[in-house]
Amino acid sequence: MMEQITMGDFQVIDNCLMIRLPEEIDHHGAGFICENADRILMRDEVQNVVFDFEKTRFMDSSGIGIIMGRYRKITCFGGRVYAIHVDKQIQRIFNVSGLNKIVEVLEV
Amino acid sequence: MKNEMELIFDAVSDNESFARVAVAAFITHLNPTVEEMADIKTAVSEAVTNAIIHGYENLYGYGGKKLREGGEIHPGKVRIHCILNKGILHIEVSDRGKGIENVEQAMEPLFTTKPELERSGMGFAFMEAFMDDLEVESGPGEGTTVRMVKKIGIDGWIDCEE
Repeated sequence: MMEQITMGDFQVIDNCLMIRLPEEIDHHGAGFICENADRILMRDEVQNVVFDFEKTRFMDSSGIGIIMGRYRKITCFGGRVYAIHVDKQIQRIFNVSGLNKIVEVLEV
Repeated sequence: MKNEMELIFDAVSDNESFARVAVAAFITHLNPTVEEMADIKTAVSEAVTNAIIHGYENLYGYGGKKLREGGEIHPGKVRIHCILNKGILHIEVSDRGKGIENVEQAMEPLFTTKPELERSGMGFAFMEAFMDDLEVESGPGEGTTVRMVKKIGIDGWIDCEE
């Protein structure tokens, strides 16, 4: 059974919302991620978002929508979007979509 | 060697992963690279998602979590037809949904008719980037057919050169 994303995958550390993304990111699961991320961003007034791709083996353009949407919400308050554990496939998708210009990929 | 398959399934988001995994399984015996496999899965996912949320306007799937505005399911099927011929994969994803008024505009990167869904408007751009050929046939009320071609492994390239 494929692991689904749960509330435990959203964590606020200091000024960052860390989101541990699921194994597969598509439109079907995107709504849950967006809704919960936005709720926490509002509630805890968090400035930055870190997307953790460690478990992720598949992503389509829905993932781009998730990241772009969060970027729009925090960038006006000086927030930034980071990505960690980015493999070759995810990096390719970042490059094709131009997302590499707004997301900073961090080595951990 | 020519091999062919056809899939017809309900146009709900619950079936997005099923669709791409089924197409991936259909080509595994060709030993595609990790990259080729990812390209095909992404392209199929884009085409099928478009059919579901734009063609039939089924925005949230069966899920059963909670009924929200726009959460009702419109009946409809998505059809995937694959032909594998000497290392070249032809995929046709079609629906009988509402169709696209302006195909050229729909294919522009970042263009979306549903900005509230927070999708990126990159669906067709991804299909174009990850597949070798893309063709879209559609009209208002006529449904949409997306045809994609991908060469897999060295056989596909050799045959194509000839």
